[in-house]
Amino acid sequence: MELVIQSIINGLIQGGFFALFAVGLVLIFGVMGVVNFAHGELVMIGAYTIWLVHAQYGFPYLPTLLLAIVLVMGIGLLMERFLFRPTRSDPLAGLICSIGVLFILQVVATLIGGDGPSKQVPPPLDGTLVVLEFIRIPYQRLFGLGVSALALLTLWYFLTRTRLGWALRAVALDREAAALQGININVISFIAIGVGAGLAGLAGGLMAPLTNINPHMGHNVIITAFIVTIVGGVGSLSGAVYAAIIYALFHTFVTVYLGGTVATICGLILMVLVLIVRPTGIMGVRVSE
Amino acid sequence: MTGKTGKIISGLVLLAALLLLPHLLQYHHQDLLIFLTINVLVVASYRIVTLTGEWSLIHAVMMGVGGYTATLAFKQFELGMWFTLPLAGIVAAAIAALLCFPLFRMTQFYFLIGSFAAGEAIRLCWIQFVNPFGGTGGLSGVEPPLIGNIDFLEPVPYYYLTLVVVGMCLFILHRIEKSRIGLILHSVHWNSPLAESVGVDTWRYRALAFIIGSFFVGVAGGLKVHYLGTITPNQFGVGFMVFILIWVIVGGYNRFYGPVIGVVVLTLFDESIRSLEELRPAIYGAVLIASILFLPQGLESIPTRIRRLFSRKPENDSSPSNK
Repeated sequence: MELVIQSIINGLIQGGFFALFAVGLVLIFGVMGVVNFAHGELVMIGAYTIWLVHAQYGFPYLPTLLLAIVLVMGIGLLMERFLFRPTRSDPLAGLICSIGVLFILQVVATLIGGDGPSKQVPPPLDGTLVVLEFIRIPYQRLFGLGVSALALLTLWYFLTRTRLGWALRAVALDREAAALQGININVISFIAIGVGAGLAGLAGGLMAPLTNINPHMGHNVIITAFIVTIVGGVGSLSGAVYAAIIYALFHTFVTVYLGGTVATICGLILMVLVLIVRPTGIMGVRVSE
Repeated sequence: MTGKTGKIISGLVLLAALLLLPHLLQYHHQDLLIFLTINVLVVASYRIVTLTGEWSLIHAVMMGVGGYTATLAFKQFELGMWFTLPLAGIVAAAIAALLCFPLFRMTQFYFLIGSFAAGEAIRLCWIQFVNPFGGTGGLSGVEPPLIGNIDFLEPVPYYYLTLVVVGMCLFILHRIEKSRIGLILHSVHWNSPLAESVGVDTWRYRALAFIIGSFFVGVAGGLKVHYLGTITPNQFGVGFMVFILIWVIVGGYNRFYGPVIGVVVLTLFDESIRSLEELRPAIYGAVLIASILFLPQGLESIPTRIRRLFSRKPENDSSPSNK
């Protein structure tokens, strides 16, 4: 029983992180039509920023987190301007370019941190919240959950309550029609990738003290993001959030009882099943051609 | 080239060069030559999958399926290479046939992701089920075949063996592409609704291309494991899949020989930057991006481009461009 409750809480916290980077991937795919294979590496760069600036040079955690967001956002904007914009007519070309970026970012990380063992960042927030004696939540995880929730709520407000958010959703629905209404596609693409990459940087920064940091950590991130995106329904942001939480709980429980590899295999099979049975995902809507 | 004689002469020259090549190289490079020959088969078989316009991300894993089949057949049932190679192809094709049912319900982006997921699931199974697949460490102890007293552990004899097998496979793949089936595959890619309207079952032909491609990459997997002697799940991960994509795209996928050019040129390039060690992936990444941005038709389009530059005639692009 204690294990179950503890697993549920861990799963929820994990779900918050999953949602952060999956929503970014969905946003970029929805607005720009590009599958950003380098999304996991954006998260990795966020985590490396924390490791280098905060853990190595002793800069305070919160400003470093901000720096991580801005840095990754910058990488995202550069990708849009120099890679995705010239190849906008061909989605495959955009995907291949993002694979190129993936390689480059991995090498950058190797050059900065070396190819040695994974790096650890000591949690900037000490202490553990103990509820009912047996549930233990380190403050660092609680902080991560709070910040993810806040970021997702802000994004939701932006997309549903502001004119710019409406414009962004309009482009995601129909690029040509939106352009005919006078929406600047290039500006909207910048915003989409800026927000998406920024969330990836935030996710990386929040996860940094809780995970092993190495140049190849992006691989698991992108697999998770794909599973969450497909299960939630491609193009559905709320679907991605629900799917992130469901999948995180699922993954945590299977990991506890059967091990991490089995958990990922089950997740991948789940994803293929969703693709067969309900290709629109749990929250997706069927769009007529 | 001028006519048929020219083609025959250049073919003979190429053959002579391929036969002489290993004797001009050092041991290390002879090794590399074998892997390059196998990789030629990998990209050529990948091309037949992409003919229908679907970019699968499971091809590397299919090679692993062939490799593991050959390994297990060799170790558990003590079958020789003459049986393990076709078996590797057949098992890969059979698994591909099973996967068709879920995967070809999807197209485009969904197919890409679906094939990636299915491949990762298979690969993780090799890691998870230590018996019989040996886990992360994989399996070892696979030996090359015995014919008379030729020592196939030496690179040069094994290279000739590889050359024969890969040559035969390439010939068959080329015949398939030039046959009626190949034309139908092209039609499925360029105008699927039209192809359907004249009675082509597009599902069946996409599945067929996938199965044929998987068969030949399975054979390639068998060839590789019989030379290398060991097999691990990580040989067939996303990394290798990405390399297949790079080879095909940098080479150009509009013609049969495009991917082959890609794998040969990039392998030579890779050898020439060997001293840069850890920077190599980044250089690869940069080459990939540059070729997408500046040479979207691949290396094989360079002769056409040069010819066009000199004729100064604005002609329409005859090769099928990107959608």
